[in-house]
Amino acid sequence: MMDTGIPTRSDPLRDESSGTALLSVKNLKKHFPVRGGLFGQKNLRVHAVDGISFDLQKGEILGLVGESGCGKSTTGRLILRLLEPTSGEIRFMNENILEADARRMRGLRREMQIIFQDPYASLNPRMTIGATLEEPLIIHRIGTREERRDRVRRLLEKVGLDPDVVNRYPHEFSGGQRQRIGVARALALNPKLIVADEPVSSLDVSIQAQVINLLEDIQEEYSLSMIFIAHDLNMVRHISDRVAVMYLGRIVERAPAPDLYRQPLHPYTEALLAAIPIPDPKTKRKRILLEGDLPSPVNLPPGCRFYSRCPKRIPDCLKADPPLVQIRPDHWAACILAQ
Amino acid sequence: MNPAVLSIRNLKTQFHTAEGVVRAVDGIDLTVRSGTVLGVVGESGSGKSVTALSVVAVFSQHQGKIVAGEVWFNGVDLLTLKEKEMQAIRGKRIAMIFQEPMTSLNPVFTIGNQISEMLRLHLKMNRKDARRRTIELLDLVGIPSADRRVDDYPHQLSGGMRQRVMIAMAISCNPEIVLADEPTTALDVTIQAQILVLLEELRKRLGMALVLISHDLGVIAEVAHEVAIMYAGRIVEEAATEELFAHPLHPYTQGLLASLPRFDKAGSRRERLKAIPGTVPKMTENQLGCSFTPRCGVAIPRCSREEPPLKEIRPGHRARCWVAFGET
Repeated sequence: MMDTGIPTRSDPLRDESSGTALLSVKNLKKHFPVRGGLFGQKNLRVHAVDGISFDLQKGEILGLVGESGCGKSTTGRLILRLLEPTSGEIRFMNENILEADARRMRGLRREMQIIFQDPYASLNPRMTIGATLEEPLIIHRIGTREERRDRVRRLLEKVGLDPDVVNRYPHEFSGGQRQRIGVARALALNPKLIVADEPVSSLDVSIQAQVINLLEDIQEEYSLSMIFIAHDLNMVRHISDRVAVMYLGRIVERAPAPDLYRQPLHPYTEALLAAIPIPDPKTKRKRILLEGDLPSPVNLPPGCRFYSRCPKRIPDCLKADPPLVQIRPDHWAACILAQ
Repeated sequence: MNPAVLSIRNLKTQFHTAEGVVRAVDGIDLTVRSGTVLGVVGESGSGKSVTALSVVAVFSQHQGKIVAGEVWFNGVDLLTLKEKEMQAIRGKRIAMIFQEPMTSLNPVFTIGNQISEMLRLHLKMNRKDARRRTIELLDLVGIPSADRRVDDYPHQLSGGMRQRVMIAMAISCNPEIVLADEPTTALDVTIQAQILVLLEELRKRLGMALVLISHDLGVIAEVAHEVAIMYAGRIVEEAATEELFAHPLHPYTQGLLASLPRFDKAGSRRERLKAIPGTVPKMTENQLGCSFTPRCGVAIPRCSREEPPLKEIRPGHRARCWVAFGET
C-alpha cells in the first residue's frame, strides 16, 4: 500500500522548536482488522484514522468535526491511549506517551481526561455520585478521606450542582445534570487536557447551552486544553479556537475557527457548512448537495478520498491523496484545487 | 389558504406509568393544510411524537391512551374508527416516517418485499406490478440502480439509503399526509440535506401534506410553512414560519432561538450562550399555571397560578403566555 502519511516537509509541527504545545500528534494511524472474503481469509483493514497530525496549545480548544465514520472519536480515544494506535507519535508535555509503560501511563492519565457523549451510559448506576467522584481520587491516592469528601463537594458546586447530592444515584438526575457529573468527574484530578466526545449531542436543545457554558467556564478557570469532538458545526464554531475537519480518517482542513467558517478551502468543508440548516427562514443560501454516501473505509478509493462525492473534482485528483498543506497563515487544506 | 386535510381538536393522550399518569399530550389543536408543511418543534417529553402516534393510533404495549379529543381527516373523526377501518387509512392515506429506519424496517425481508407488501395490501396490486412499481419508487427516491437494490436487505444499505427506502414506502400509496418524526435526526448533515431536498421535491410533485416533527429549529425554518412549538404536552406558540422566526412571542421560543450558536452570526470573540435555566419538567407533576414558569425569565405572579390560553397576538400568530398578552 502507498504510504499515505503526511510528508513532514509540508506539515511541520508548528511548535516543535518552541516546545509550547501541550499535545503533539504526528502521523497517527489506527487500522482495525476486519474479516473479509468468503471464509474470512482476506486480510482487510478499516483505516479509521489514517495519518493525522496536529498540535494543541495550553489553554486551547481544538474542535474536531466530521460525519460518522470519519475517525474523530477514534482519534480522541487514541490520544488518551484508550485505544492503541497502529503507528504514529503522541507527545504529551514533551513525552511520547506511546512509549510509556503501564505505571507511567497511570500517572499520565491524571493529566488527561474524557467526557463521553452519553451521560446515561457513562455513569455506574450502582454507585452514588459521591462514590463516582471520589473513585479517581482513591485510585490515585490523593488526600485523606476527609479531604477527598471535601473535594467532591467542591467539584459538585463547581459544576452547578447541590453538594448534598453525593448520596444520590445517577437515575435520579436528568441528562443535563448527569453530564454535569461527567464534567465534575473529568475535573476531579485537575487534568491539563480534556477530550470531550460529543458532550452535548444527546442533550435537549435548551440544556445544551448550559453545559457548553459550563465547559467554557472550567476551561478558562483552569486554563485547560480541550479537544472538542462534535458533529454540530454551529457548536464547534462557538467553542473552538481552531477546528480540524476530518473525512475518512484524514484531516482535510485545519484552521482558526473564524477563518475556517468564513473562507473554507476544502470542498468538503464548503459542503458541510452549506448543509447546516439555519434557524432563519429569511436566510437563503446556495445549496451544495453532495452525491452519494461515504465510501467504505475498508476499500479506500485511490487518490483523494473525497473524489467520489466532490462537486469540484478534476481528473488530477485521482493521481495522489493530497497532503495537508498550509495555504494561508495557519490555514491548512488537503486539496489540490486549494493550492 | 389551502383546505385542512387533518384537524386535531383538544387531543389528550396519557400514559400510565409506575410514577403516575403522564399527560404526554395535554389538549392540543393542530390543523394541517393540504399540500403544505407543518413543523412541530419540541424537546424530549414535549409530546410531539405522541401527537403523531395518536393520529394513527399506534401505541406500543397499549399503555398510551387517548382520553379526549377528535382527529378529523376528510370529514371523519379517526378516533371513532374501528381498528379494521383504521388499517385502511394508516400507511395508505396517512403515512409515517420514523427517526430510525433500521428499527422500522424488518431485517429479514428485502426492501423490495416490504414495499411490495404495502402495494399489494393497500392497492391490491399483483406481484409483478408491485415489483415494477417498487423499483419505480426506489428510483424516485434516488436509490441508484434500483432494479438491483430492490433485492437488498436493510442492513446492506447505509443510513441515508434506508431513510430513502422508508420514504419510498411512505409515499407508495400516494398518501394525503406524511407524518415524519425526526426523519433526519440520525443522519449526518450532508445526508440530511439530501433527504430534506428529496422530501420537498416529492411533496411538491405528489401534492401531499407533510407534518415534520423535529427538535431542530434550523430544519424547521428551511422546510415548514407553518410552525407549532410544543412544551410539556401543549402548544405554546404557532404561526407562519417567517412570522414565528421574525417575531417569537413565547419566552420559551425566544429562549430556544437565543440559545443556539450560529456560525453565520459568530463574531471574532467568543460570547457566552444564552442558556435557558432549569430542566424540562416531569410530566407526572400536576402543575398549576404555565409549565414554563420555573424556567422563565419574565414570569409574573399570575403565571404560576393560572394557565394562559393560546391566544392570537399578531395576525395568524398565537401564543400561550400572559406576558405576551401584555399583562404585568
